[in-house]
Amino acid sequence: MSAVLAAVVGATLAGCSSTGGKRAEERAAKSAHGRAAVDTPRWTVAMVTHSGDGDSFWDIVRSGAEQAAVKDNIKFLYAHSDEGQQQSEQVQSYIDQKVDGLIVTLAKPDAMKAVVAKARKAGIPVITVNSGSAESKEFGALSHIGQDETIAGEAVGDELTKRGRKKALCVLHEQGNVGHEQRCDGARKTFKGKLENLYVEGTNMPDVLSAIEAKLQSGDYDAVVTLGAPFADTAVKAKKQAGSDAEINTFDLSKQVAQGLANGDLGFAVDQQPYLQGYQAVDLLWLYKYNADVLGGGQPVLTGPQIVTKDEADELAEYADRGTR
Amino acid sequence: MSSSLARPTTPADPPEPDERLLHRSTLRSLLGRPELGAVVGAVAVFVFFSVVADSFLQLSSLSTVLYASSTIGIMAVPVALLMIGGEFDLSTGVAVTTSALVSSMFSYQMTANVWVGVGVSLLTSLAIGFFNGIVLVRTGLPSFIITLATFLMLTGMNLGFTKLISGKVSTKTIGDMEGFESARKIFASQHTIGDVNIKVTILWWLGLVAVATWILLRTRAGNWIFAAGGNAHAARAVGVPVARTKIALYMGTGFGAWVLGQHLLFSFDTVQSGEGVGNELLYIIAAVIGGCLMTGGYGSAIGAAVGALIFGMTNKGIVYAQWDADWFKFFLGAMLLLATLLNAWVRKRAEASK
Repeated sequence: MSAVLAAVVGATLAGCSSTGGKRAEERAAKSAHGRAAVDTPRWTVAMVTHSGDGDSFWDIVRSGAEQAAVKDNIKFLYAHSDEGQQQSEQVQSYIDQKVDGLIVTLAKPDAMKAVVAKARKAGIPVITVNSGSAESKEFGALSHIGQDETIAGEAVGDELTKRGRKKALCVLHEQGNVGHEQRCDGARKTFKGKLENLYVEGTNMPDVLSAIEAKLQSGDYDAVVTLGAPFADTAVKAKKQAGSDAEINTFDLSKQVAQGLANGDLGFAVDQQPYLQGYQAVDLLWLYKYNADVLGGGQPVLTGPQIVTKDEADELAEYADRGTR
Repeated sequence: MSSSLARPTTPADPPEPDERLLHRSTLRSLLGRPELGAVVGAVAVFVFFSVVADSFLQLSSLSTVLYASSTIGIMAVPVALLMIGGEFDLSTGVAVTTSALVSSMFSYQMTANVWVGVGVSLLTSLAIGFFNGIVLVRTGLPSFIITLATFLMLTGMNLGFTKLISGKVSTKTIGDMEGFESARKIFASQHTIGDVNIKVTILWWLGLVAVATWILLRTRAGNWIFAAGGNAHAARAVGVPVARTKIALYMGTGFGAWVLGQHLLFSFDTVQSGEGVGNELLYIIAAVIGGCLMTGGYGSAIGAAVGALIFGMTNKGIVYAQWDADWFKFFLGAMLLLATLLNAWVRKRAEASK
């Protein structure tokens, strides 16, 4: 027992790593460090998303929002739930707390409709981000910041066609997310080949892995499109285990995706710049409170799609590493 | 709020003859109630969040908390009865979604009055409960396995049928159909009194608690439930219809799922097919916090309601206290553990003082 302990301690001390680890994290923290750049009163802004627990994409959105909050002297609150009912209750809690601004996602618009109306009635400005470009204006939000999921899907369909793919798989990791359906439907519209949907349980990676692997073994797919960065990694593993030669492509970016693009594991990624969604939402609320400014002119402010391939991978890997891309 | 919940059940009728001749003071019988510990736990949680969260004590916040509690409580009550009867139901979470989906899709596809869908949904929900119950009593397998299977089948059917019929993962809106407004009044209306929104689910919740308590404490069926959960063989030997009781209890959870399912449908117009997974555990947790034994034969409906209230207060209190969302589940778990420990401690003290 003590021998094992000694060996572990020894290995920890001796085996320094020059890449990754805690030190890389500290570098990242330094980049997010900052002081308020304005002297407006300390407003409170709350953000409620449909994120599941521990989702890397939403972590980037959140760090963008936190960075803007620091600059704008804003107190930033955050809550999330992947159940529409819960999400609407969280928004209600923030209305009860009389926050100065609300940022919400409309992945399940019907569940959010009533509570967004309540926020407006209570005089709280609302900005929608990420999902809900179609409903944002109707619900009375100031602006919508995000990517149009159908347009993003169509971009993927075009890219797949351009790459000469015939039969592709669209992996949906959040059942019931309308935006995810729109992505796959958009891709299906412009893709000249055949695109099938595969539903997986996004919070259960082994399930995702085995589901994709089984699907790849069962048919001659030559492309896979995952809807989130962590799932691209898993799809690459599934592809290797299944002995398939399908090209793996993905929505969203991460350090691993950037590396995958660079070393050829991945074909292309469609980025929607999550950092920008969080950052802009907080900043626009500040602008609205300070100067009654509204961006977008009633149209969604698009942060994507941006198709990223091997060419841009190296540059983006660095930013992904510090958790802002 | 929570202490006033306990009052209606205090057995106040004159002591009956035979072995129950022994006189027990009101205080004594209060101390013997299964929900006592939960009430103390609820008061503790309430006081805690009143202190740490500034906006917790506002009327509008309290109505949000009550609403959140009611959406768990409506199911926790029939689940508690089932657990007193000695069985589990893991299919309740998705059964709620099933109930909403059936109602919505039937009305839409048949272009029928919304109330027709609501009726069909009631029959379906009761049928799911009946299925669970009949398979249980016929096979004698553990309810854990049977309802786990039902849970998985319903999860698959929810998505499968919805995609098949609507072509999407959510249903189409029925907000513009005949009967919608009246159904919304029954299942999802809210009444604003001053600054406070009282959602109708709170009334459903209280109503279900009252009915369940009456059944448990005042009817023959109530005795059957305790007997079936305490010792099914002995109960059968003295002539308790154990099989019928258990089937009825499962149909009771079906009824709860129907009420909550209709609430979700009529507050949001459309239903997401993938939701509800995991909520079954919340209902069981609420019942257990409220004093139900995992082994059956002991518990109360009021306790389950108080358990739901503890859960609702904790769930929303964390947001009002503005604690970091990353730690949400940890705080939730820790608060529940503390409330339950307090509950167990109080109950032990109460039993010792008898």
